Amino acid sequence: MALAKKEHELIVSISPHIRSEESVEKIMWTVTLSLVPAFVAGLYFFGPAALMTTAICIVSALASEWLVEKMTNRELTLKDGSAFLTGLLLGMNLPPTAPIYIPIVGSFVAVAITKQLFGGLGFNIFNPALIGRAFVLVTWPKAMTTWVAPTAAFTAMDAETTATPLGLLKEEGLGKLLEVFGDKANLYWELFLGHSAGSLGETSVFALLLGAAYLLYKRYITWQIPGSYLATVAVLAWVFGGSDPETGAFIWFAGDPLIHLLSGGLMLGVFFMATDYVTVPSVRRGQLVFGVGCGLITMLIRLKGGFPEGVMFAILLMNCFSPLIDRSFKSRTFGLAQKKEEKKEHKH
Amino acid sequence: MQDTRGNWEIIKDGIFSDNTIFRLAISLCPAIAVTSKLKNGLYMGLAVLFVQTMVNFSVSLMRNYIHPRIRIPIFMLIISGWVTVTDLMMAAFARDVYRDMGLYIQLIVAFASILAHAETFASKNKPAPSVSDGIGMGIGFMIALVIISFFRELLGKGTLWGFTVVEFKPLLIMILPTGGFIAVGLLMGLFNWIDMRFYGGKGAGGLG
Repeated sequence: MALAKKEHELIVSISPHIRSEESVEKIMWTVTLSLVPAFVAGLYFFGPAALMTTAICIVSALASEWLVEKMTNRELTLKDGSAFLTGLLLGMNLPPTAPIYIPIVGSFVAVAITKQLFGGLGFNIFNPALIGRAFVLVTWPKAMTTWVAPTAAFTAMDAETTATPLGLLKEEGLGKLLEVFGDKANLYWELFLGHSAGSLGETSVFALLLGAAYLLYKRYITWQIPGSYLATVAVLAWVFGGSDPETGAFIWFAGDPLIHLLSGGLMLGVFFMATDYVTVPSVRRGQLVFGVGCGLITMLIRLKGGFPEGVMFAILLMNCFSPLIDRSFKSRTFGLAQKKEEKKEHKH
Repeated sequence: MQDTRGNWEIIKDGIFSDNTIFRLAISLCPAIAVTSKLKNGLYMGLAVLFVQTMVNFSVSLMRNYIHPRIRIPIFMLIISGWVTVTDLMMAAFARDVYRDMGLYIQLIVAFASILAHAETFASKNKPAPSVSDGIGMGIGFMIALVIISFFRELLGKGTLWGFTVVEFKPLLIMILPTGGFIAVGLLMGLFNWIDMRFYGGKGAGGLG
């Protein structure tokens, strides 16, 4: 029943009346774009295998999205870029030489189960890419913790197996780490550039920061979560991360925060996963709590837990708390009468 | 309040519309703890079927002699009696399974669903419908455990009943507790979907 539209007709509609230029689609593709430097750096260090792994991730993420939406007769949302981004993030979180079934199963769990079965984009409780990674990490622990040493570009085809810097730090201590990398300045520099073993996207801090800076500039992410997360990790690493070089005994306030900040998946997690709109608190003060909580759990796992790296579990665990944090930091609405019924209505 | 349904209907409801695991979502602990192997799942199901049926029968027989104020301790006593019978029987006739999950057999005492059925059904109904209720609930529970453990053993180890079925890189997570939660959740979703799609149901809402 279409009404003829006259020129002087008043249009009555529900607010908002002013819409911003931003859309889900635009944000998703911008985030994807901001990951390109880190991706290129990963390709440079790990060669064609890394490209292969990421490509399989993206293709199977898109395929899973298409499959579930076809099966449940929902609107196809391949174009909004969220499945593409999930696939890319997952690919950047896997060992570059992972066997072919790992990216496929990981992407399927990420997109089909974590996102689509919970109702699609916007309804998922957990970060899809991280659940995908957690699933394959627990399922195939050996394949998921076999890292290869970075080779400059596409020259050497025989990759050399090695431990990640964090793995070395955990198993054999700082001394061994310095032995591998030379002196401390060199260690920092190599970690910053990304010339260390790890997954494709987590090694080059420099390239990740480039992308993150762009997102911050575009205001797609805010400083609250990354800031509080990184600060917590740095402080905890400084206070609790120190040990005597010879005996390995614990010393207070002697840790090296820079190693912890520059290594592992921290930068990727902080800027690209702990800032996912859907699964983190949307209230600014709540975001600070979220960041601090992530930092606490990350350092707890890194220093005391069984895994060398804790960023993934930290963000997933804090994802559970997001609704609770949002509710406790809800800003007060002024001008409401303090009657019981109205208060109740306001809460829901 | 007496139940007015016929015996067959009571059994059918216990299996489908009041399925302990997939519809009521209670007694999930055993559904996750013992279902990493098909064999364990089936034996656990059989044990619960037996205990529930006998408990319902005994409670129903004694229902007029139990003072309402002390009914829960009496029910617990009856339940633990039948659980001990089951426990000793399994220890004698199913050694390998018993070694795997003897503790969980004893834990049947604490299953919410057993006490719930004794309290809400058997203590208010005649022995025949009470036995039907126990059988229906037990079979429903057993089917649920068998389905869950079937998928978990197949995906987690590539075996069924200990025999290798397919050769592939097994999903280790499926035989860990995490995999139990994932399997129960996905199957519950599947049955809700089937119910809503083909039978016009509303899906399970749990007890909450």
